[in-house]
Amino acid sequence: MTMSHPTPDLSRTFAALADPTRRAILARLEREEKVSISALAEPFAIKLPAVMKHLDVLADAGLITRSKQGRTVDVRLFPKPLRQAAAWLERYERFWSPRLDRLTALAEKKEAEMHRKNK
Amino acid sequence: MTSLTLVRRIAARPSIVFDALTTAEGIAAWWGPDDGPVLAAQSDVRVGGDYLVRFRMQDGSEHEARGEYLEMVRPKRVVMSFRWAFGGAPEEIGNISRVEMELRAIGDETELTFTHANLVAASIPSASKPSHEQGWSVALDKLVLCLTGVDSQWIAASAGNEKASGT
Repeated sequence: MTMSHPTPDLSRTFAALADPTRRAILARLEREEKVSISALAEPFAIKLPAVMKHLDVLADAGLITRSKQGRTVDVRLFPKPLRQAAAWLERYERFWSPRLDRLTALAEKKEAEMHRKNK
Repeated sequence: MTSLTLVRRIAARPSIVFDALTTAEGIAAWWGPDDGPVLAAQSDVRVGGDYLVRFRMQDGSEHEARGEYLEMVRPKRVVMSFRWAFGGAPEEIGNISRVEMELRAIGDETELTFTHANLVAASIPSASKPSHEQGWSVALDKLVLCLTGVDSQWIAASAGNEKASGT
């Protein structure tokens, strides 16, 4: 079993993902290849500086890249940390899932035994 | 902050599932890995009681998980702390996660919602304000799934995350 805890980078990924605004930003970037900062900010009821702060957190976690195109800044998703985070969660899924399958088999066997006894 | 939720529909009444989840006898029967034995299982089935499970993997490595029962409402709900007493990676030492098990009767059967929460120690860099939100939104799960192609079982399993949000 390799149940190692995430590296500090992974903790940073999860921390960045913990905020709904940042997740909404990522979800949009997942749909669209690149989005300008002003277009990213548009759906939110928060001011542009607040959006910029969220983008800083996402960039620090390595989840997005920003590139200047003339007077606009394009934001793109960088999916690798997300894949790493998902792979890490998957390890726990692989740990628990077969155990819960065995628990299910055990409980169903006991239920069947009890059924027989009561007949 | 990070949690994994698995849901199982079990053809057994909740009291049977509950006892299989919590008694030492039950734990010894299901907790082990596929190819290795459970070496020790102890369970003091009450709030404040401790449990311990030690098992050996096929590669010969031994692991021990321990924790304390934080909530217990037979046959509906168990919450326990979870840590690797040994056999975990060095980075894992000191992290205490949380396992929540919710049992819902559906006719003669049971729907078990199993959540392992606080999987990642919340070491948020000072750059961001700590978020009070726990767990993941379904939207994010979908995002991650899209990016990684995680199997469909996980999609169903993840849907309950917001509800089982931990602390």
